[in-house]
Amino acid sequence: MRTAFFKRLESIYADNGDVVVLTGDLGYKLFDRFRALDPKRFYDVGVAESNMIGIASGLALSGKKPYCYSIIPFLVMRPFEQIRIDVAYHDLDVRLVGAGGGFAYGLEGITHHGLEDIALMRTLPNMTIVAPADRYEAERFAELSADHRGPMYIRLGHTNEPTVHDSVPEIEIGKISVLRKGEDVALLSYGRTVSTALQAMDLLSDEGISPTLANVHTIKPLDVEAMAELFKTNNLILVVEEHQYEGGLGSAIAELAAEMDYTGKVRRLGIDRTKAYVGRAEYQRERHGLTPELVAEKVKKEMI
Amino acid sequence: MCKKADHEAPEAMAKRVRRTVLKMVYDTKSPHIGAAFSCVEALVTLFNGVMSISPETVGSPDRDRFIMSKGHACAALYAVLSEFGFCTTNDLCAFAVNDGVFEEHPSIDLHRGIEVSTGSLGHGLSIGTGMALAASIDGRKHRVFVLLSDGELNEGSVWEAVMFAAHHKLTNLIALVDANGMQALGHTRDIIDLEPISEKWKAFGWHPQEVDGHDVDQISASLSALSAEHPNVIILKTVKGRGVSFMEDNLLWHYRAPDEREYELALKELSE
Repeated sequence: MRTAFFKRLESIYADNGDVVVLTGDLGYKLFDRFRALDPKRFYDVGVAESNMIGIASGLALSGKKPYCYSIIPFLVMRPFEQIRIDVAYHDLDVRLVGAGGGFAYGLEGITHHGLEDIALMRTLPNMTIVAPADRYEAERFAELSADHRGPMYIRLGHTNEPTVHDSVPEIEIGKISVLRKGEDVALLSYGRTVSTALQAMDLLSDEGISPTLANVHTIKPLDVEAMAELFKTNNLILVVEEHQYEGGLGSAIAELAAEMDYTGKVRRLGIDRTKAYVGRAEYQRERHGLTPELVAEKVKKEMI
Repeated sequence: MCKKADHEAPEAMAKRVRRTVLKMVYDTKSPHIGAAFSCVEALVTLFNGVMSISPETVGSPDRDRFIMSKGHACAALYAVLSEFGFCTTNDLCAFAVNDGVFEEHPSIDLHRGIEVSTGSLGHGLSIGTGMALAASIDGRKHRVFVLLSDGELNEGSVWEAVMFAAHHKLTNLIALVDANGMQALGHTRDIIDLEPISEKWKAFGWHPQEVDGHDVDQISASLSALSAEHPNVIILKTVKGRGVSFMEDNLLWHYRAPDEREYELALKELSE
């Protein structure tokens, strides 16, 4: 999905002279076309993420539309204070494009995992957070980001995510997309785990259970209206995310459920940070219970 | 509205600015008067004809940009902005009060000449670098001036920006370092010795000049002798608390505001 995002951004870059692309010295071969198209608007700032965010802010204050790229922890955690003050408080048109949501960088280890990013970005004023589920959504968000007003964090995975769509979907920022309409139970997810949830749906339908599956690709701002509807029509809401429990979408939904006096159950499947494993991304997901089987099992268990 | 008197000597304006700052700080019991006093001549010089910006051009894309990276010294900036008509004396009365106009660190307010919110050290030079880069992308001729403190040079992000600006030869970026030799807990030489400051910047590919930061002629001269090949930095050798004998080079005035007696004494010194 990373390649799909930047492929689409290439043509936006070609058409829109205000777009400037910055990278913190990451993205091998990802930016060759940008450099070729217009070397004056592409910069490898070096291994200097704080400066990258500051530069992006200065560019945005001068009317540019900067995109900053790095691996998630280096993009949003190292320069968090620059994002907080320079980008978010100033409500600037800066796009933070992070690769490696969840365990995408598997064996590279915890330094490269993106497990707290949603929690951090959720705390910032004006910040919009989106997470495409597959390459087609990544392409769509590249398009949408070009015209979006205000700061935006785009949480990408990396490569070879299973596809959820077979063409670029007509999704909109801030609007939940319901992928399957069912009853009684609603699964909520974003990013790569949308496909995990989809597969879990197939397992459940074999047993006569047909939940709703909502793709909450926009984690902030939450689609409160759609959530109110889901609370009204479901007794169980299960949030599935490749992010730590604390501060993720599950937390956001639980907050909303409390405020809206939801009387059903809100349950979450995420990453338990008291446990850590060494392994490839798939292995990590399996150990943390983010497989179709374990999601289906969780639904059945909580339905009782 | 305060207006600069025609043909007034910048030294006289600097003195008046210090009196204004003293009053603002005294009235509101605000901190950082020492850091404000050390950069008065630099601010007066920059706004007095060096930078191409006026209350009429605050929205122009071609205006020069000024970033107060040492945001804690903003009382001096507000006072200077009022001298040049960017804000009113009423605005100055609304400094550091509930529902006021100005806080103890600057918040973005383009109409009053404040380009960007600062107060957390180590942000301003990167933002200025981005502004200078935008100007260079667009082929615009304006310049970006960033005033930093010397303690701020402890921040690693400053040097990230220094390296980037030098590599990309952003000659439209001018950094000014208010080298008053003090930071929050003492003398810089005792905490993180920065000397030789100029040589550090030079080694990083900048064109440094070192001047007496309280001598407007020297500051002016340095700003007329900028390199056209490298980004420029002016190291302003200054004294924290400059202008009031008992505040000079005294850490107490990073924190304290004067009491009534001290205010009278300071005012007397600044009126001579």
